[in-house]
Amino acid sequence: MSSEVEIAAPGIGLPEEQQAEEERGLWGRAYDNIRTGNLGILPIVIGLALIIVFFSFKATNFFTADNFNNIIVQMAGLTMLAFGVVFVLLLGEIDLSIGYLSGIAALAVAEFQLPGSGHAYPGLVAILIAVALCSLIGGVQGSVVALVGVPSFVVTLAGLLIWQGVILQVLEIKGVIVIQDAWINDTANYYFTAERGWLIAGIVTALFALGTLGGVIAKRRAGVAVKRPVMIVAKVLGVAVACLGTVAISNHANVPQGLPLAGVLVVIFLIALTYLAKRTPFGRHVYAVGGNAEAARRAGINVARIRILVFMISGAMAGVGGVILAARLNSVDLNVGGGTLLLDAISAAVIGGTSLFGGRGEVRSALIGAAVIATVTNGLDTAGYKTGTIYIVTGVILLLAVTLDTIARRLQVRSGR
Amino acid sequence: MSDTPLLQLRGITKSYGSVQALSDVDFEVRDGEVMALVGDNGAGKTTLIKTVAGIHGYDHGEILFDGKPVSIHGPKDAARLGIEVVYQDLALCDNLDVVQNMYLGRERRDFLFRLNEPAMEQRTAETLKSLAVTTIRSIRQPVASLSGGQRQSVAVAKAVQWNSRLVILDEPTAALGVAQTRQVLDLVKRLADKGLAVVLISHNLHDIFEVATRITVLRLGRDVGIYDTATATQEEIVRAITAGVPTKVSGIPDTAPELAS
Repeated sequence: MSSEVEIAAPGIGLPEEQQAEEERGLWGRAYDNIRTGNLGILPIVIGLALIIVFFSFKATNFFTADNFNNIIVQMAGLTMLAFGVVFVLLLGEIDLSIGYLSGIAALAVAEFQLPGSGHAYPGLVAILIAVALCSLIGGVQGSVVALVGVPSFVVTLAGLLIWQGVILQVLEIKGVIVIQDAWINDTANYYFTAERGWLIAGIVTALFALGTLGGVIAKRRAGVAVKRPVMIVAKVLGVAVACLGTVAISNHANVPQGLPLAGVLVVIFLIALTYLAKRTPFGRHVYAVGGNAEAARRAGINVARIRILVFMISGAMAGVGGVILAARLNSVDLNVGGGTLLLDAISAAVIGGTSLFGGRGEVRSALIGAAVIATVTNGLDTAGYKTGTIYIVTGVILLLAVTLDTIARRLQVRSGR
Repeated sequence: MSDTPLLQLRGITKSYGSVQALSDVDFEVRDGEVMALVGDNGAGKTTLIKTVAGIHGYDHGEILFDGKPVSIHGPKDAARLGIEVVYQDLALCDNLDVVQNMYLGRERRDFLFRLNEPAMEQRTAETLKSLAVTTIRSIRQPVASLSGGQRQSVAVAKAVQWNSRLVILDEPTAALGVAQTRQVLDLVKRLADKGLAVVLISHNLHDIFEVATRITVLRLGRDVGIYDTATATQEEIVRAITAGVPTKVSGIPDTAPELAS
């Protein structure tokens, strides 16, 4: 019976092929990946490195430990928004309301900590209220998309206008609300001592290494082949270098010295959301709905529920980002949530490699994309360029990144991968 | 093969408004048998399998599963009985890999509610191996990179791995080349060898005569005969598809004009 199978075209059995894959070695695979356009995050990381080298020569104050810390704090809020954008883009939807939704969070957190207002709560409670409120708003917007069937572009465009209007109405009367609560302000202004920084880097590295080891052991136990052991070791080493390196640089900064809490918060959300996307059935279903909603529905997945939950995540992350952005300024004013925040957040996710058409992308792409945008903005700023130049350069980078990605995808289709 | 058919439909009637899609249709399939379902476009093939799959209801008639009358009111009822349908458009997610597609919507979790990837990967490899699907290079590659035949194999494997007893395949070879068709037909045979009941809908009589044990012909919403592939000829089937006469007159059993055989 099984002898007939060999008629079928590339009829090679599973075990032999896996062995062949092992034997072909690292360079063979790297060549294969380049040829087939399966580049992953490599081009964008190289791009980021080039940007850093460029500005190091261009601006004297750029390549310093102080500025490194600056960039981390500058990009933290944006990264949080971009994390949410990744989930929405994975579904093939869009959320245009997150910019002003982050403004709503800033407004809420400022309002609920305001001493003498009659509704002053502890900072942490105010933060939770603000994030929960944004998540709820996201859920309502998502429900209109998922249950009624109005396109997300329209629903969230309406959201953009509505929440901008709410912010204007409230702040036109109140003017600026100053945030005095230490808990809230610490999200953007707290720096760990050198020892604690090392401790945190050690914990993150150890957790990653243990998690990876656990995965390998589970695979061994189930008798499933562990692919590319060299790559696994390289990944763990890479994470260790990134964590320890970050702390080493941050500890070298003069004012303010140490690892910024905002950066740690970004890493915590990166880990939690990556776990959600890659290790839970919910995350799997998000990818499935983005890839083929009909197939997901037939597989028994509640598509509407997934959509609503994703918009709640998007709203919540806008809320978290809004709190950090407000904390950085220690206040909330009429410009909150406006400017290029929304488009920067979407650009960050897309530059990092998340597809606008759903089903393809990673949580970490938001972090890498946000790092590119923040570095370029900071670099041009430091080198004395004006806002106009910053917009133009960011636009060109966005175009380049997406063009590269599109070419890569075409190569993938052509090589049948 | 057992004597009681696994699935037996008796006098199924279904109309969409004034259009009579199925009238008084009898149909059966046994364990370990490939029953082909043929008919011209609009003969009621799809309506019939959708009835069995619980996609829509029926007006009259009864369904027996394992000899016992059952009611199928939705896809979940069908799945509970062990009936799985592989639709023409396959319903796979291109961006997910083979393992992820196989377990879509029924993911295995470990004690921390995490996806239990090793277990799913191992079981997928076993299922594919038991079906002798060996042309897939890696079960961790996205379905987008598979050929049409490989996708069909994945869709079929997905349908059979849930202890299903009856697999219904809707035009599984319609869009495939020669080698790919070969692959899928072999797979269909293997399903029957494993003791599953298979219903195969196809327009390709050549394929049908190769893998099917019996053929049910539908014409204009009526069954016009059941043929044994060992004794029937392709000409007979073509005649039945284009000009067959019902073997029984609606409402009056056993008044069949002896034309069909």
